[in-house]
Amino acid sequence: MTKPFATVLDASTSLENKTGSWRTMRPEYVKRLPPCNVTCPAGENIQQWLSLVQEGNFYDAWLEMVKNNPFPAIMGRACYHSCEKTCNRGQFDGSVNINLIERTIGDMAISNRWKFECKISESGKKILIIGAGPSGLSAAYFLRKAGYDVTIFEKHSKVGGMMRYGVPKYRLPREIIEAEVKRITDLGVKIVLNKKVENLKEEASNYDAVYVAAGADVAVKTDINVKGNTVVIDAIDLFKKIEDGENIPSLGNRVVVYGGGNTAIDAARTALRLGAKDVKIVYRRTIHNMPAHDTEIQEALAEGIEILCLRTINSIDNDKILLDKMEYNEETSVLSKTGETESICADSVIFAIGQSIRTSMFEGIDGIVISEKGIIEIDDNMMTGANGIFAGGDIVAGKRTITHAIGFGKKASKCIDAFLKGEKFAPNVKHEVANFKKLNTEYFKGNKRVEVSRQGDISFEEKVISYSNEELLEESRRCFSCGNCFHCDNCYSYCPDNAIIKHEDGTLEFNYDYCKGCGICASECPCGAIRMTSNEKE
Amino acid sequence: MSSSTMGNRLSKENVAFQSEADRPNTLTSGHRACQGCGEALGARCAIDAAFKAANGKIAVVNGTGCLEVFSCVYPNNSWGVPWIHSLFGNTPAVATGVAAAFHNQGKDDVRVIAQGGDGSTTDIGMGCLSGMFDRNDDVLYICYDNQAYMNTGVQRSSATPALARTATTLPVGSYLGNDASSGKNVPEIAVAHKIPYVATASVGNIPDLERKVAKAINIKGAKYVHIHVPCPLGWGFPTSETVRIARLALKCGLFPLFEAENGEVVGSTPIDDVIGVEDYLRAQRRFAHLFGKNATPDAIGILQNIANTNIQKYRLSGGVSDD
Amino acid sequence: MGALSVAIGSEAAGVRSYTATSSQGLLYMAEAVYNASGLNLPIVMTLGNRAIGAPINIWNDHTDAMSVRDAGWLMLFAETNQEAVDLHIQAFKIAEATKSPVMVCVDGFILTHAYERVDIPSQEEVDDYLPPYEPEISLDTKHPQAIGTMVPPEYFTEVRYLAHKRQIDSLGVIECAGKGFKEKFGRESGGLIHKYNTENADTIIVTMGSVAGTIKDVIDELNEKGGKYGVLSIVSYRPFPNEAVKEALRSAKNIIVVEKAFAVGIGGILSQEIELLMKDSNCEIKSVIAGLGGRAITKPMLTEYFLNNAKERTTFLGLKEDIIREEYKPLNCGKCK
Repeated sequence: MTKPFATVLDASTSLENKTGSWRTMRPEYVKRLPPCNVTCPAGENIQQWLSLVQEGNFYDAWLEMVKNNPFPAIMGRACYHSCEKTCNRGQFDGSVNINLIERTIGDMAISNRWKFECKISESGKKILIIGAGPSGLSAAYFLRKAGYDVTIFEKHSKVGGMMRYGVPKYRLPREIIEAEVKRITDLGVKIVLNKKVENLKEEASNYDAVYVAAGADVAVKTDINVKGNTVVIDAIDLFKKIEDGENIPSLGNRVVVYGGGNTAIDAARTALRLGAKDVKIVYRRTIHNMPAHDTEIQEALAEGIEILCLRTINSIDNDKILLDKMEYNEETSVLSKTGETESICADSVIFAIGQSIRTSMFEGIDGIVISEKGIIEIDDNMMTGANGIFAGGDIVAGKRTITHAIGFGKKASKCIDAFLKGEKFAPNVKHEVANFKKLNTEYFKGNKRVEVSRQGDISFEEKVISYSNEELLEESRRCFSCGNCFHCDNCYSYCPDNAIIKHEDGTLEFNYDYCKGCGICASECPCGAIRMTSNEKE
Repeated sequence: MSSSTMGNRLSKENVAFQSEADRPNTLTSGHRACQGCGEALGARCAIDAAFKAANGKIAVVNGTGCLEVFSCVYPNNSWGVPWIHSLFGNTPAVATGVAAAFHNQGKDDVRVIAQGGDGSTTDIGMGCLSGMFDRNDDVLYICYDNQAYMNTGVQRSSATPALARTATTLPVGSYLGNDASSGKNVPEIAVAHKIPYVATASVGNIPDLERKVAKAINIKGAKYVHIHVPCPLGWGFPTSETVRIARLALKCGLFPLFEAENGEVVGSTPIDDVIGVEDYLRAQRRFAHLFGKNATPDAIGILQNIANTNIQKYRLSGGVSDD
Repeated sequence: MGALSVAIGSEAAGVRSYTATSSQGLLYMAEAVYNASGLNLPIVMTLGNRAIGAPINIWNDHTDAMSVRDAGWLMLFAETNQEAVDLHIQAFKIAEATKSPVMVCVDGFILTHAYERVDIPSQEEVDDYLPPYEPEISLDTKHPQAIGTMVPPEYFTEVRYLAHKRQIDSLGVIECAGKGFKEKFGRESGGLIHKYNTENADTIIVTMGSVAGTIKDVIDELNEKGGKYGVLSIVSYRPFPNEAVKEALRSAKNIIVVEKAFAVGIGGILSQEIELLMKDSNCEIKSVIAGLGGRAITKPMLTEYFLNNAKERTTFLGLKEDIIREEYKPLNCGKCK
């Protein structure tokens, strides 16, 4: 067919007009770090496993969890989930209940007897780990997977360290610990119980490297004047006695717990479960300054525990506890006595004011440094001053949580692996964080956090809470996928220039031949996974 | 992912056709629309949706205006469908002729679309449009409303909203820009013709836009869909904000989404959280004179009243009405 | 406006399309007139020639046609009712062969409203002469094309030049269509021009449309009395048949152009075109503006003019001088100092 010159054109001939030359700004897909991942002390890729949960792919989600943390069921209970504090959805309609999803998946793994999928190729090298707590077990897990022959020495008769001796069983049932630790021993990790290391130098000589994760289980003592027959006990000792089935001194009806951390809360709640009727927590600063996790505080208050803030214990005289009233300046952080006092009554006082480390085992080893704060000093690669001796967990840490300990264990395994290969561990370069401002929340409907009612009385039995499969889907799908494309196709749909190619597998690619750089794609990206940059790099 | 995004890997419900890899791109790349053009976006969405709903059998008549100028300049044609441009004011009539010809050829399955900007529709072509409605010709007319003559330099059209600044309505002294009673409501005029289907749509809600176009295209007789398409150049906002501005217009009630059949409004799209008009107005330089030290105190109230009236009239506030 | 636009649409969609207009309606659709030709759409349109207001006047003259003479249409003027019928049949053939719209100009009232016996060919005869329309471009979903692109300055001249060449080439098509028509229907109708006694004439009256009949009657009478008059009636006003007209006027010493329209401020329109065409000849050319707004052109008026040998280049036939004397007041240019 002939057609008139210029006034009739064949279809889609404008494809030869490469409008990309107009561009002054250039969009590019980026992967930004979701705040949950950033804050996870164990370095879990929370967003990734949430995306697998969203698809109903629970097994793969669990596999993704255990890439970075061998204890999902434990974490789902004992982790203080800082991820949820930073979750961007918290600024919208409530953070994603990451913790409960993790717990549900972790429990699912236990009841379905899911096993780690790994092929171990033996390196022939031996590693000694001191302490079968979260950090030691975590390190053992990763090192074993990397092919090392791992032995753990544990001074107690049971595994778990602070997971067992620091967390009451109503929060963390012991069979959960057993089940998740068993998966690690199933990998071939040897645990020697009741083995208290007195001389590390001697023990270390049989191994290629040592990881000391002996924890901090020595109660900090005070110089409070105690008179009369009031029962005074350290929380950590109380927990150990309960756990090991030893005789527990009668605490009486009226119990005062001294301290503001999670241990203090656990001690107070334990006292209730041991029969106390009147439990008070005495804390020197305000309730907002309590190091204890907020949900713990709330649960304690809900159980009827009273928290007396801005008080310190002056003296204990039989059942009379004399308290100094305090004044705390939030701006200067100066805490001072007001001069006023107050007297309360108690049958027993539980101290929960801190734990320190046991240092005797390090005697005779050159290079080990114990800092002024009473912790073992380590370098960037988690090695102590002694070659081949690494340390992590509570023994080196300011932040003593199980999750941090697990993170230490993972990092230690990488450092040790690098050390044994004659290399230095180099952490991955971190992406930029996807903060709330980088999101476009217009596309998210207000779906309230799926809450599960907590059943049960005050007892040592765990309160049963978990999600149904439907709830798992619903709650996980509240994730904003901050900083990472979740294939919503907004960019592709909105581009006025069709300058985004959607491949058959759903992946997207900018077509810079036509992209004019308007930026609608970045502006309408719900999760901040597109960045506009200056065009210079072309 | 629980979201109202265009596509959704977890659910195939409420997925915009625009998110599909095999969408036809009836308005393809290489067109000369400005960066961030709402009309280019709206036109592709609408014509793609019609293309799908009519099994690829559509022909498009395009009035003079931005869309025509940027999509078809020798030697580049951006259209993947049969397309004709005749004049500024005769688009509905040309479409009538095309529809008559297809009927004559026994090709009633080829659906006819007439389209143009607000100038072409609400001003220059109003007579032909009314005639097409009156004769109930088998044509879907789509107006892409960017509320002024943009490609000639942002002159006022009869769709320019009250108090907006254009090149021909510059606010001077007590004159606040476009007259407060301005903004010809062509969707309502279309409803008054009692044609089978009238709808408003927006690039701020593409699934809704697609649904309406798809519904309209297969109805026999005259149909009218009026699409709100923000213009970064003429309205004065960053090119990345086109969809956001459209969304704000929806959320404040200044651009109500409704459908009418045979002269009766039969439905509207409720607003989840109604916002004040100020959020919408502040985002655009064409309303900048309504703010700041020298602003007339009641000016924003005039526009808020328009929004309030819309919200009440079309029951946009979650179905709750004051009356 | 709407009517021609509908035809534009239907023609673009591949269907043979026709419309009709007149006077103000033509001017209302003026931009569509240009558009149809620019889009190469072979639409056929009847123009019932009438005056253009203001003052509003519904009667016959050629001002409407002259207003679109540069619009790119082929414009054929019918002399009789029979020719009006025949030209419409030929118009489709010409339009489709040249890919140009064709306007068949028929004098308002004089032809459009006259009762006269005409031969209307049967459908079969017409179908035989005019085979089914096969458009070269159309809105086809199987082969989508864009019709009516914007053309930038770099190519616009070429588009217009090609249109010009095509229209000139159409002269042959028009002539051929007339010959074909005669073969099929046995009637002289259409073609480029009609010559009446031009071979031996000293004075040839050039005109268009129905007034040619009156003029032929007048010169028959004059020639019987020894006059040497001829009539050249132009059928194809656009394209203008330069060579045919020149050839027909070869013998003329005097040319009188009788036309029903004029360009205000200059004068006769057809007469200018004839003057330009004949600029190298020695013949004297006079312009007669007649029949404006339906004013009757009578045999006595014409006879008087032909015999009186007017000195003025331009004559408004039948002008009421008394009214002009009363109403004409020369402009005082001094006011503009």
